[in-house]
Amino acid sequence: MKKLDILAAVAVGLLALSASHGPTTAKDKVKVGFIGSLTGGTSANGLGGRNSADLAVRLRNADSKAKYEYEMVALDDECKPNIGVQVATKLAADREIIAAATHYCSAVAIATVDTYHKFRLPVVVWGAVLPDITYRNKYPEVHRVNGTMINQNELNASLLTKLGYKRFAVIHDTTDYGKGHFKYFGEALSKAGGTILGSFGVTSDQQDFTAELTQIKSLNPEVIYFGGLTPIGVRIRAQMDRLGLNNIVLDGTSGIKSDAYIQGLGKLAEGSLSFLEGAPAERLPGGKFFLEKYNAQNYPNPPEAYGAFAFAAMNLILDAIEAHGPDRKKVQEALNKTSKANSIVGEITFDDHGQNTVPIITAYVVQDGQWVVWEDSEYAQGKRKLPGQK
Amino acid sequence: MDLGLLAQYVMNGLMLGMMYALVAVGFTLFFGVLDIIKFSHGDVLTVGAFTALATFIALSALGIESSVVQLLVMLLAAIGAMAFLGAVIARAFVLPLRSAPPLNTLLITLMIGTVLREMVRLFYPDGANPKPFPRLLPADSVNLGGFNLRLDNVILLVAGALVIVCLQLVLNKTKLGLAIRAVAQDEETTKIMGVNFNRIVLVTFAIGSGLAAFAGVMNGLYYNEINFGIGLYLGVVGFSAAIIGGLGNIYGAILGGFLFAALQTIGAVSLPFASAYKDVFAFAVVIAIMAWRPTGLIPEKTSERV
Repeated sequence: MKKLDILAAVAVGLLALSASHGPTTAKDKVKVGFIGSLTGGTSANGLGGRNSADLAVRLRNADSKAKYEYEMVALDDECKPNIGVQVATKLAADREIIAAATHYCSAVAIATVDTYHKFRLPVVVWGAVLPDITYRNKYPEVHRVNGTMINQNELNASLLTKLGYKRFAVIHDTTDYGKGHFKYFGEALSKAGGTILGSFGVTSDQQDFTAELTQIKSLNPEVIYFGGLTPIGVRIRAQMDRLGLNNIVLDGTSGIKSDAYIQGLGKLAEGSLSFLEGAPAERLPGGKFFLEKYNAQNYPNPPEAYGAFAFAAMNLILDAIEAHGPDRKKVQEALNKTSKANSIVGEITFDDHGQNTVPIITAYVVQDGQWVVWEDSEYAQGKRKLPGQK
Repeated sequence: MDLGLLAQYVMNGLMLGMMYALVAVGFTLFFGVLDIIKFSHGDVLTVGAFTALATFIALSALGIESSVVQLLVMLLAAIGAMAFLGAVIARAFVLPLRSAPPLNTLLITLMIGTVLREMVRLFYPDGANPKPFPRLLPADSVNLGGFNLRLDNVILLVAGALVIVCLQLVLNKTKLGLAIRAVAQDEETTKIMGVNFNRIVLVTFAIGSGLAAFAGVMNGLYYNEINFGIGLYLGVVGFSAAIIGGLGNIYGAILGGFLFAALQTIGAVSLPFASAYKDVFAFAVVIAIMAWRPTGLIPEKTSERV
C-alpha cells in the first residue's frame, strides 16, 4: 500500500510539473459550427457564407489578443429540411461546439430551430429570411442578423406600385419560404394599392412551368412576382421567353439574388428585380474591410449576397466566446443581450426574439449582366425602361 | 377559352408528351425483349444530356462555332455513348441475372441508376448545380394572339416525331425489327429459328438508351438547362406512361406519354387550387387507369400482368 501511495504522489507531482512547464503560449481550442447549403442549386450562396464565416474565424485566429484558438466545423444542409435536421443534430450533439452560424434556406432553418432549442446550442442565422424562424417560438438559442421577408416585401410592393405597376401574378414555391413570401407580399401589395390576379404554388424542383405561365398569360398581368430560389427562377424566366412573355417584369425576392441567376439566363436576366436585406458589401459600414480581407484569402467563390451576414454572425459568436468563455449557456445569454453591436453590416440589436431590429433593404435590378443597386441603375435614372414601364 | 391560349396549351402538352413518349418507348422495348423493368433508364437520359453538354464545351474549346455542326456532333456523341452504355448495362448486369427472380433485376437497375446519377453529381465539374444548356436552335417566333409559335419548338417536335417514325420503320420493316419482335413474343422459338438472342437483347438496349439520350438533348434544348435530377423524374413519368399504355406495346408507350402530358396540362389548367397538385392529379388518374385496365390501354398481344 505504501509503495502505491508513493507512486501516486510521484505521479501527481510529475503531472503538476508538466502542467506548469507546458507551453504557456498555446491557446485552448474552441469549436464553432457553420451550416449552409454547400451543394445543390443554392450552393453558391452557401459556399459564399461558409467562406465568409471561415474568414471571421481566420482573422480571429490571426489576432494575437484572442484568448482562444477557433476551429470551424462546416456542415452541408443541401437546402433540404430533412438533411438540415440531421446535420443540426450532429452539430448540436457535439458538446465541444459552443455556438454556430446556421442556414441560408428558410425551409431548413425553420425545421431546425427545435433541434437547437432541445440541445441548447446557441445559433445565429445568417441568411434565411422567413419571419417564423425567430418569431414562431421564443427560443433563447435562436438569433438572426439579417432582416426578414416582411421588410423586403414592403419595399418590393412600394417600389413597383410607385413605378406604375398595378396588376400582379404570383408564382411561389410551396415550401415555407415561398409561401411566406407570397403571404407578406400580398399584405404589402394590398396596402400599396396593387392587385394579385392569380397565384400559383409550384414544387421547388419543378421543371416545366409552361402550363402555369400560359394561364398567367391569359390573366394579362404587368408583373410576375416570384417567391422562390434561383434554380426555378431561372427556369421560369427562360420559359417566359419561350411563351413570348417578355413584356412582363420578373419581380423576384432575395432568393434569386445570386450570380447563378444571371449565368443561367444570360441576356434574358436583364431587367429582373430582387430585394435583399442589408446593402451591397461595398456600401456596408465595414464592407470595404470585409471585401479586402475576403479577396486576400483567395476563396474559389465570391461571398455572394449573404456573405457579409455570415461574417457578422460568426463574429458575434466569437465576441461572445471571447468575453464569457466557451460555455453554451453564457454565450447564449451574451448573444441575447446584443445591443448596438458594431458589425460590418451596421449596428446589430436583437429584440426579445433574437431578431436583429435594424433592417436595411436594398432593391436590385439586372443591368448588363450584373445585379445593380436600383438607385444606381439606368432604370431608376430613366435611361432604360423595365418591360411595360410607362 | 381564347383559341390562341388553347393552342399554347396544346403546344406545351405536345412538347412534354414527346419527351415522355421517347422515354416510355425505351421502357417498353426493354420489357418487350426481356420482360424486365430497367429503372436506370431515366438516369441514362441524364448522362446522355450531360455527355451532350460536355461535347458542346469541347467543341467550343476547339473553336467550332457552327451551331448545326455542334448540334449534330452532340447528338451523335450522346446517342452513341448512351447506346454503348445501355448495351454494357444489359451485358454486364441484366443478362447474367436472367434466371434470377425479376425483383433482382429491378433492384440492380435501380441501383445502377443511383450510381449514374450520383456520378454526374459528384464527378461532373460542379455537377450538383443546374447547368445552362446552350441555345442552338433558331429562336424566331410568331405571335398569334395568345399563342407564341417558336421555330425551335417546331423543330424539336418534328425531330421527335421523325425519331419515333424511324423506330417504327426499323421495328416493322427490317430484319432486325422482326428479330426484336420475335424475341419479344417467344424467346425459345426464336432461338430455335437461329436468331442470336443475346445480340438482339444488346441491340434493343442500345436503341432504347440511344432514344433516352435523344430525349435528354431535347430536354436540354427545350428548357435550356439540365441538372443531375432530370432523369429521375422523367424515368418515373416514362415508366408510368409505358404502364398505362400497356408495357411491351410501343404504340401504347407513345399514347401513354402524350396522355400523361395531357393530364398534367389539364391538371394545371383546370384544378381550381394550387397547380402544385398537377402531378398528384396526373398520377391519381394513372392509378385509376391501372385499376380499370391492369394491362394498359393497348396491351401486348401476349400480355403479362406486372
